[in-house]
Amino acid sequence: MNLDWITNNLTLIGDLTLAHLWLTLLPTVIGLVLSIPLGYLAFTHRRWYPTIIGGTGLFYTIPSLALFILLPKLLGTQVLNPMNIVVALVIYTVALLARVVADGLDSVSPDAVQAATGIGFTRAQTFFKIQLPIAIPAVLSGLRVVVVSNISIVTMAAVIGIAQLGSLFTMGFTRHLYVPIVVGLVACLLLALVLDRLLVLLGKVMTPWGQKGAL
Amino acid sequence: MDIFAWLTDPAHWSGPGSIPFQTLMHLVYSAITLVIAILIAVPLGMYVGHTGKGESLIMGSVNAMRALPTLGLLILLVLLLAPKISNSLAFVIPSLVVLVLLAVPPILSGVASGIRAIDRSVIDAARGMGYSTSEIIWKIEMPCALPLALSGVRGATLQVVSTATVAAYVSLDGLGRFIIDGRAANDYAEMASGAILLAALAILLELSFSVIGKFFISPGLTRKQKRPTAAVQFESATTAIQVV
Repeated sequence: MNLDWITNNLTLIGDLTLAHLWLTLLPTVIGLVLSIPLGYLAFTHRRWYPTIIGGTGLFYTIPSLALFILLPKLLGTQVLNPMNIVVALVIYTVALLARVVADGLDSVSPDAVQAATGIGFTRAQTFFKIQLPIAIPAVLSGLRVVVVSNISIVTMAAVIGIAQLGSLFTMGFTRHLYVPIVVGLVACLLLALVLDRLLVLLGKVMTPWGQKGAL
Repeated sequence: MDIFAWLTDPAHWSGPGSIPFQTLMHLVYSAITLVIAILIAVPLGMYVGHTGKGESLIMGSVNAMRALPTLGLLILLVLLLAPKISNSLAFVIPSLVVLVLLAVPPILSGVASGIRAIDRSVIDAARGMGYSTSEIIWKIEMPCALPLALSGVRGATLQVVSTATVAAYVSLDGLGRFIIDGRAANDYAEMASGAILLAALAILLELSFSVIGKFFISPGLTRKQKRPTAAVQFESATTAIQVV
């Protein structure tokens, strides 16, 4: 083990970590924003639920590497464009979160919705002030799964040559170096841990009424 | 050359390295992995589910595996094991180890949480009727846990099929070969063809799992069986009172 490699490549590790963070967070946020109306639609129109949830879920079946390669053809981008990775992860995020949002909204007590209607809330007000806030813990627990698995999926993009922490694995393989691989593994796990903790913290801030230990 | 031309080229459909060959290899690796994983995970999951021991440890390991990048793990293991094994097994064994490692947690948690989720009164009723522990496990717990266990196997299958592709990076056969070789040769048609075949295989497996589920899961557990009408419910409620 030659630990000098780490000190000599600190800027590289930093750059790859930032790229990785960007490739994970951007699609997660876009995916969340898209999942909320889709989930709401599946929740309000029960007949569409199997189509919306099953349809988006089927996309999750497609292996990430296949999606990374097929998207350029569909989007008209270059194979090495990081946007392909972002779009692929948006698809995976929606596949997981649309169901979570729909089921989260479903878990909101009808009494609460009825009370809101009773005091004169419009549908939009009921959604944003009652249903969505109450569904936050459920959505957030889904989001934690999405963030952590997205971090792992992003590394696959190294196989086709897009720079992020996974590039440390391919670099280690071609140069027969263990240190970059271990650094990449540890960095990914740390990133997952930090983002997961941040989400738990965010959940506590956003649901001050939440019971202890709900998350 | 475009993708359709590549896919329909007869040269790509026969001999070693052809589409049928690599599809078969992909399925063989995935099947071997799943058999090993099921042999490890099902008994362990039954033990954890039945006794409730080590539950948090298992759920924790499932979450940790989700965060662990497969590609890194695979490459690390190949580098570690390759010098110790001289022939082509040097790539096959580490790949299989990583694939099994990936497949065990979802199956394990599926079986264990499937058993844990059973209403205690069901198990107590069986015990009250004089079922032995092994009868409870095989006749009550396993059939009731089947939906979740099967969804665990389904998750594992998807993950294995997906990851077996990456294993081509460390020179394993399978559909990933087209993707890796196409990338190396800068041949987009080959890469895209591999990706299409892979996606088709994954979706096909996913669909066959939902068919399997329909055949093997007791209709009473799927909520698809027609609900008893109010009259029947009322009747059963009254008989229950009479019995008491």
